[in-house]
Amino acid sequence: MKQSVFTIESNDRIAENTFRMALTGDTSAFTRPGQFANIKLDGFYLRRPISVCDYNANGLILIYKTVGEGTEYMSQLLPGGKLDLLTGLGNGFDTALSGENPLLIAGGGGVPPMVKLAKTLIAEGKKVTAVIGFNKASEVYCEDALKKLGVNVFVTTADGSYGVKGFVTDVMKSLDYSFFYTCGPLPMYRAIRKTVRTEGQYSFEERMGCGFGACMGCSIKTRSGAKRICKDGPVFDSAEIIWEEPKK
Amino acid sequence: MNEAPNMKIDLCGLELDNPIIPASGTFGYGYEFAELYDINILGSFSFKGTTFEPRFGNPTPRIAECPGGMLNSIGLQNPGVHAVIENELPKLKKCFAKKVIANVGGFSVEEYAKTAQLLDECEQVGLIEVNISCPNVHNGGMSFGTSCEAAAEVTRAVKRATTKPVFMKLSPNAADIAAIAKACEDAGADGISMINTLLGMRIDPKTRKPVMANKMGGYSGPGVFPVALRMVYQVYEKVGIPIIGMGGISSAKDVIEMMLAGATAVQIGAANLTEPFICRDIINELPYTMRKYGINDLKEIIGGAHNG
Repeated sequence: MKQSVFTIESNDRIAENTFRMALTGDTSAFTRPGQFANIKLDGFYLRRPISVCDYNANGLILIYKTVGEGTEYMSQLLPGGKLDLLTGLGNGFDTALSGENPLLIAGGGGVPPMVKLAKTLIAEGKKVTAVIGFNKASEVYCEDALKKLGVNVFVTTADGSYGVKGFVTDVMKSLDYSFFYTCGPLPMYRAIRKTVRTEGQYSFEERMGCGFGACMGCSIKTRSGAKRICKDGPVFDSAEIIWEEPKK
Repeated sequence: MNEAPNMKIDLCGLELDNPIIPASGTFGYGYEFAELYDINILGSFSFKGTTFEPRFGNPTPRIAECPGGMLNSIGLQNPGVHAVIENELPKLKKCFAKKVIANVGGFSVEEYAKTAQLLDECEQVGLIEVNISCPNVHNGGMSFGTSCEAAAEVTRAVKRATTKPVFMKLSPNAADIAAIAKACEDAGADGISMINTLLGMRIDPKTRKPVMANKMGGYSGPGVFPVALRMVYQVYEKVGIPIIGMGGISSAKDVIEMMLAGATAVQIGAANLTEPFICRDIINELPYTMRKYGINDLKEIIGGAHNG
């Protein structure tokens, strides 16, 4: 983990309630796709953990949904502004597990980390397929970014206003893959786990206090004991996860 | 005048290089922070609240935010005292050469005593800090820290179980915190740690439900600092044993205020979570802040606000 100040290069709306922020700064703490940054915002006590969409030696891209006051404030920040980030947080996806033709499955706000993941897998010579699901056409993003990398992309929308009508699981059924990586909401995970035919990795989220393993705010029970989503995760192997029924 | 100001303090025979101590629950068992900076610069630190049995704690979400800080309802997640002694303390020893403060939780008087007794044998442990904000399962779940009698009973039991100095960590949710402090002192406590978090809650207007699964949680952060300062000031007037002051401390100036109110040492809690280098920064800043206020020897200001 590192703490450093980044400069906002751009911050634009790319879909309904969805923004893309490009930042320049020290990205040397990032080692894997699927890691996150924890961002200090003026007027908010806790930092905001945001998954990293893509990064290189000079900066990073964050794509985030406006889900509360913090991310709404973030969406109003202007180019040239400075942000204090904790970087290189979380374990990230393990691309060594992928096999020859991995499948990426993402829903809604879970799509961004798939960009760096796909880029890494393709650089390793793998044939990558992605299924990305949204509620409706106005929410769709990242389709072109993934296609440009050479990913075979399927888009689903729940209302059928774009791509395949239905859910990611409706497309997954007819696909062949060696391993899967997924990021999205829990109801999607519950559906995926009944559909998948291989091992895979799931990325989890939770309200965090610190983001680097100190406060135990975001713990999860796994088959090898209590783990911290921020430090031991956010990515967990499918065999590790204990699936609990949704809370009533 | 160019001599470096003296930051050393004495805590029941424990010589600390400075009064800065990360608070229990915000610093794990230390080694996470050792990846960030050399934690040997700290006066000491108070490790994650440890109970006899392992605990997962409360269901998530167990974190919420508010303008002056945060709320948590972790529920004392810890691997249990045996695993702490076998795994965590040896790991800590590799990155921290000083004595550590062992923070102990419990749900019965016997549990506190059993846990303290095991920690008594650990050479690394300099003193034992007893969290009495836990609910007493044998008394309808009422917190030990809200009753003079229960607080005194825990104090006596832990004192019998250890020869190390015992600091009772008080809850601000008691009706009269000074009375609780006095009861602990009379029962043999060597010192007081205060304050634990203030009970609070948040509700999400979108879902119309409490934000945290446990509904309520402990409020900490800069918003509680004036409350903590006031309570330390009041307790200092009632007891003769040393006080470790905490509650929202976020700067070297806060440290000096807390010591003027009566604290011998201070703990930094929530600030570690949002600013992971805060303890290092405060230690670096403290000599300059001392000079600014004309302080050459930090221990001389303890309780200084009570003079005159």
